[in-house]
Amino acid sequence: MSNTAEKTRYSGRPSSDKGLVSWLTTTDHKRIGVMYFITVLVFFTLGGIESGLIRWQLAQAEQTPLTEEIYNQVFTMHGITMVFLVVMPLSAAFFNYLIPLMIGARDVAFPRLNAFSYWVYLFGGIFLYSSFLLGGAPNASWVGYPPISTEAVSNMGFYAVGLNILGVSSLAAAVNFIVTILNMRAPGMTFMRMPVFIWMSLVTNFLVLFAMPIIAVALFMLLADISFGAQFFDPATGGDPMLYQHLFWLFGHPEVYIMILPAMGIVSEILPVGSRKPLFGYAAVVFAGAAIGFIGFGVWAHHMFTTALGPVARSAFGLTTMFIAVPTGIKIFNWVFTMWGGKLRFHTPMLFSIGFVSMFVIGGLSGVMHAIVPHNAQQHDTYFVVAHFHYVLFGGALFGLIAGVYFWFPKVTGRLMNEGLGKVHFWTWLLGFNLVFGPMHMSGLLGQPRRTAVLPAELGGTVELYNLISSIGVLVITGSALVFLYNLVTSVRKGQIAGQDPWDARTLEWLTESPTPHVNFYAIPTVTQRDEFWHRKYAEDDAGRAVAVPAGASEDHVPEDGSGSGDRDTDGSAGDAGHGDGADGEHIHMPDPSYWPLVQTLGFFPAGYGMVYANPWLFGLGLLWLVVGVFGWINEPVAEGDDDEPEDAPTPATAAVR
Amino acid sequence: MGVDHRKLGIWTFLGSEFLFFGAFVAAYLLYLTTTAGGPGVEIFDIPFTSISSFVLLMSSLTMVLAHHAHTQGDLRRMRMWILATAGQGMVFLGGQVFEFNVFVREGLTLTTSPFASSFYVLTGFHGAHVFIGIVLLLSLYTFSLTGKVKPGQHLKTEMIGLYWHFVDIVWVVIFTVVYLIPEIAVLG
Repeated sequence: MSNTAEKTRYSGRPSSDKGLVSWLTTTDHKRIGVMYFITVLVFFTLGGIESGLIRWQLAQAEQTPLTEEIYNQVFTMHGITMVFLVVMPLSAAFFNYLIPLMIGARDVAFPRLNAFSYWVYLFGGIFLYSSFLLGGAPNASWVGYPPISTEAVSNMGFYAVGLNILGVSSLAAAVNFIVTILNMRAPGMTFMRMPVFIWMSLVTNFLVLFAMPIIAVALFMLLADISFGAQFFDPATGGDPMLYQHLFWLFGHPEVYIMILPAMGIVSEILPVGSRKPLFGYAAVVFAGAAIGFIGFGVWAHHMFTTALGPVARSAFGLTTMFIAVPTGIKIFNWVFTMWGGKLRFHTPMLFSIGFVSMFVIGGLSGVMHAIVPHNAQQHDTYFVVAHFHYVLFGGALFGLIAGVYFWFPKVTGRLMNEGLGKVHFWTWLLGFNLVFGPMHMSGLLGQPRRTAVLPAELGGTVELYNLISSIGVLVITGSALVFLYNLVTSVRKGQIAGQDPWDARTLEWLTESPTPHVNFYAIPTVTQRDEFWHRKYAEDDAGRAVAVPAGASEDHVPEDGSGSGDRDTDGSAGDAGHGDGADGEHIHMPDPSYWPLVQTLGFFPAGYGMVYANPWLFGLGLLWLVVGVFGWINEPVAEGDDDEPEDAPTPATAAVR
Repeated sequence: MGVDHRKLGIWTFLGSEFLFFGAFVAAYLLYLTTTAGGPGVEIFDIPFTSISSFVLLMSSLTMVLAHHAHTQGDLRRMRMWILATAGQGMVFLGGQVFEFNVFVREGLTLTTSPFASSFYVLTGFHGAHVFIGIVLLLSLYTFSLTGKVKPGQHLKTEMIGLYWHFVDIVWVVIFTVVYLIPEIAVLG
């Protein structure tokens, strides 16, 4: 490869690294992660407004500030937004930013595909929300059960197509992250040296990989019924709506773990740092996560206990559901034992992590209650279920993800978020959350049904009081969220300078500068143990206490620095890890920006509307657009070394054949 | 893992695809006899479909030969086998279009019954996969002429080959489960 290659500007590819165009064409995993995060904030605001509307309607019995129709649209979009447009992409933001950094790589395996995933997510979200302007949003709840979802009054075409578009995004991202984690780890980073967050990311992305096609099938069937008159779920010709329920929950239950496992990974990184102890039972946490991944595919029917499953299936799925509480319990104990005897520091990320563990335990316990079949029949479709899944998804996933935001904010911006505001955020968030969802346990057990536009007065004054408390709680959460937003925005410019290692952290991402330089690592580090960064900073004395190593690792990523822990790999062995190029920053090749991910994914609009309105011309246009996009993508000039084997240079495989 | 990123990516993606077709096959089996008074599995023309299945299976052979030629750097022979593969794919697709037309004339349409819906959507999605495969093969053919695909880059042929073999294997499952076994089970 010629040394002049880097100097060449590849015509036809964007080259600016500042300004709007550089963001629209970026293939840098760090920027894409930030874009995911900002987009999530927008959709979180929308989903939050929807939840406010729901609580407004239910604040008092027998009132309808929103019509029933609007209410149905609002609670459906609230669910879809929070699941597919907030929690999943917020996890994706962390995957994007952290996976390459934590495994010591310079980018993901397929940088353009990564940008593709982001744009498909954004456009899928816009597509879903455009339904508000085109005759009303989906209104048959986020599960979209037929026959109600196939009736003409609903707008579930947008649901079926919109979720499929988002599925494309998730699937592309899953392939990307799986290949990245399997193929691009730094030298020495064996599987059992990977940070727990990386492990949980790997499990999550395998879940996405295997769950997404199943909901794609369910949604295609639904769409065929809605738009093309197919008979999948029409009982009149013998179609079975139960098939949809089975397919949906065969996706839907792994989806629950898709949402919670990344947060579990984040908390497993923060608790050891905040406790100044290694994670208790690393292997147990890892295997518990993998076990959750497997068992997660075997519990789906517990969402359907009140249907005609029969006693055998009910017992079997009741049992598997109790089984899956075991690995989850293992993790809880490991987190508790990690904190036990540690030197706890209660900074904001740590507070949110502890909040995660505590709130998730409450949600987990009410989850085990659902596994008891007779109990389940009492709770099914009541607010008790609403309370349960908000305790695992809001109290669980969201608390963990917000802990991650506080924790890695200095990594992204180089500045700390304000601690005082962070603590205000945490305590009001915790209070507001419990005000909103705690009373729902009670009102649910007293018989308040889910998904009803009006709170019936006949349930009595107690239920009304609980609902009023819930609605007041929304105001607390809103105030808390505003504090968070204010903290985010002001800290970007005015936050305290973080330095390279503000938390005394343990994993590789803190080995490099903050904010992360474009190339991530000037030299790809060589990993010799778990918690590599910690062990570069500390040795153990005879009593097993951590003692700082005099020549710490804080500088050893700088190429000029030859001292320290021997992570220089000028011998080029890093090349085996994927795309390391020796220690000299000048020769590091980073992926070029590209117009094509953005241009191509715009084709999902005509394709999507074409499917919703059963318009072959529009659909054909979208398809053609996507295909042309693929060719543009392929024909884009590639930087030398990015393409595979140059001509006349037979690979070992070739030689072997010859 | 010692495998090229792109190859591992394709494998990962195909893992996902198996569940996609698996779910459709499961739905088909559920609705095997739910014909709502319309035509059922007796409508299948096993000899005809056997021939088109045979053609598709043979296309995997030519795909292997194309890849082999490419590993030897012989783009001319690679192109010949690629065209043969794409051609057989087209024959198969033509057979499917013909078959669908016959079925529609005999009263089996998408809206007839759950059986009909699940049959058409399953085999239709498979046909779409074959179509995408043909587009990939013809693109590979064209790019090998323009120099975008070089003699040393047999990985590109291999990846398209992996996809093509997958589509082929899925058809083996579909032909057995959708056509053959029900036909034997129902007609005795």
